[in-house]
Amino acid sequence: MPKLIKNTDLIADLIENTCQTLDKDFSGSVDEVLAITGTVLVPKKFWLANVAQLAAQDKIGVWLDSDEGPEELEVHLDKLALIAINFPKFVDGRGYSYARILRDRLGYKGELRAIGDIMHDQMFYLNRCGFDAFAVREDKDAEVVRKGLDDFSNCYQAATDQKQPLFRRR
Amino acid sequence: MYKYDEYDSQIVKERTKQFRGQTERFFDGTLDGDDFLPLRLQNGLYVQRLAPMLRIAIPYGMLSSTQLRKLASISRDYDKGYAHFTTRQNVQFNWPDMKDVPDILEELNSVEMHSIQTSGNCIRNTTSDQFAGVIENEVTDPRPYCEIIRQWSTLHPEFAFLPRKFKIAVNACPDADRVAIAVHDIGLEIVKNEANEIGFKVFVGGGLGRTPVIGQEIRNFLPEKDLLTYLDAIVRVYNMHGRRDNKFKARIKILVRALTPVKFAELVEAEWQYHKDTGTQLTQTEIDRVKGFFTEPAYAALENNPSNFETAKTEHKAFANWVKRNLHSHKKPGYAAVTLTLKKVGIPTGNASDKQLEAVADMADQYSFGEVRVTHEQNVVLADVRQDQLFEVWQKAKALGFATPNLGMLTDMVCCPGGDYCGLANAKSIPVAEQIQLKFDDLDYLYDLGKLDLNISGCMNACGHHHIGDIGILGVDKRGDEFYQVSLGGRSGRDASLGKILGPSFARAEMADVIEKIINVYTENRTGEELFVDTFRRIGMAPFKERVYAKAN
Repeated sequence: MPKLIKNTDLIADLIENTCQTLDKDFSGSVDEVLAITGTVLVPKKFWLANVAQLAAQDKIGVWLDSDEGPEELEVHLDKLALIAINFPKFVDGRGYSYARILRDRLGYKGELRAIGDIMHDQMFYLNRCGFDAFAVREDKDAEVVRKGLDDFSNCYQAATDQKQPLFRRR
Repeated sequence: MYKYDEYDSQIVKERTKQFRGQTERFFDGTLDGDDFLPLRLQNGLYVQRLAPMLRIAIPYGMLSSTQLRKLASISRDYDKGYAHFTTRQNVQFNWPDMKDVPDILEELNSVEMHSIQTSGNCIRNTTSDQFAGVIENEVTDPRPYCEIIRQWSTLHPEFAFLPRKFKIAVNACPDADRVAIAVHDIGLEIVKNEANEIGFKVFVGGGLGRTPVIGQEIRNFLPEKDLLTYLDAIVRVYNMHGRRDNKFKARIKILVRALTPVKFAELVEAEWQYHKDTGTQLTQTEIDRVKGFFTEPAYAALENNPSNFETAKTEHKAFANWVKRNLHSHKKPGYAAVTLTLKKVGIPTGNASDKQLEAVADMADQYSFGEVRVTHEQNVVLADVRQDQLFEVWQKAKALGFATPNLGMLTDMVCCPGGDYCGLANAKSIPVAEQIQLKFDDLDYLYDLGKLDLNISGCMNACGHHHIGDIGILGVDKRGDEFYQVSLGGRSGRDASLGKILGPSFARAEMADVIEKIINVYTENRTGEELFVDTFRRIGMAPFKERVYAKAN
């Protein structure tokens, strides 16, 4: 079973990732989605098209692909408890900027989950950019991946997690 | 020179520990080769044709004698006893064992060096003028700003996985540009406004490679406090909008051209509104703190042109030649900046042996306050030499093979490691350089030719900067054979321009003769001291083409 790391209160919890993620071109009905048990991540286009029915549902989150910016979600953010950003390949770094825009500019406070090609070596950067949940790549040992959160004990730049760059703290 | 405090030391140490972990996971099979590749590149580790290559950053070209000695000992203990200086103020080891790399990095950390972001699709080492801080006519010393950029870019959490590599260069000299800001992803020109405040003219989208482009100005005056917030805005726009579907169209230059510089600048300004008042805005305290590391050494009160220097020039023609070519004037009377050339015939361009590195370290300690600078022309500079010690320095440099008085001349070629070492190269570049050096071994003739840039790249990644040489040579692959394409009329620095292709490519054996024909056309047509590029612009490509491709009778 794939694992999900949730980094709340600085203690990373490891839980079974039972969440279902619907395809980017999912064309089913809202009823079909609501019938699924457990948490469901629906693609951005589908979510925006059905926002009236989906927004009220706690178990429904929206996921953005790496070529889909977060700006259109701005007006709906108070209705969203879960946003996921997909990293189709870990070298596709657009999601880091999307996360910072969601957190720093649009003020999103809910869960921000990194999905896709997520392994040890991005954890520190992802966390700094505002992600607080990480759907670990299935072939990776989540216990090991979790340690990536602690690769560095300090950093030069300001980011979502630390608004003051080192030069204002040293 | 910048000195690490506990924060800087800890960050590089933790990076090495992280890389040690990645290497262990690679060898125990829990990190596969494809995933390891981008990670090791971000630590400067390539796997090349013959062996791995480790690229180490020399931030804005500054090296202490202690660091030089460490590079020498690493080259001895982990490599084949030499190091290679690159065209971007980095140094490379060509033969380390992959398993040893974390140990090498630890050794580097002990002398405040690292290999962070020397490769990969991230923000690379920031380069600057090798004469920074010692020349009269610079607006201000650019190195503190380079160090501020180094810290901002090091392990930047948002920009570790950009569409492509990203290079920043800073120039502060109004009448020269030794760092080639026009061919960088971001070129920063330090300027002063009417109120005498320091700021930056910002250029974006320059680059070499397979689509060479000259950078475009997007900001006429950026106040110094806004440096990092503005860089954040530029790189965020690039990170989100740069192409990722085609590696050859992924550099920022392609985005800037597709959007137009005006539209790109608008996007950056709009993005910047969200950044400019954040904590990343520079403080005067920080600017002053970093400037405090680049204060003047304890110069003696001296006069220019001391008598022993003048006498030596009269008595030794070779010394006088070297003085004419390899010295740069210094802001302090009685001092000079000396360029040690690493371009001796028979030694691959930019290579220095462990013994040479140690000898340079000794010279730096004895004559130049224990520091050297490396240049993008792959030479080494002693920036603070007393003029009354120049003769001694010349004798030592000559004995070491560092005093070939060919700086800036035809045989002072810029050359990438090429197919002898590099896995990307289409063709070898070092033998071509050697062939040309052997053909043009008459120094008097070379002096008459004067300043002439000949740049050689083994492939269109253009590490040898062939587009901006007066004469550029590019290695190409023609049905599996190594051929060389020649371009003419490039220029770096002020008034930068890109060379134009002469015509069909040549076999390696023909190269020295081809270059000789080109030089002959130049000397026959040049007026007075006219530079190659000016003659070329005046007479055009046709006379060169006719001569080079003329059928033998």
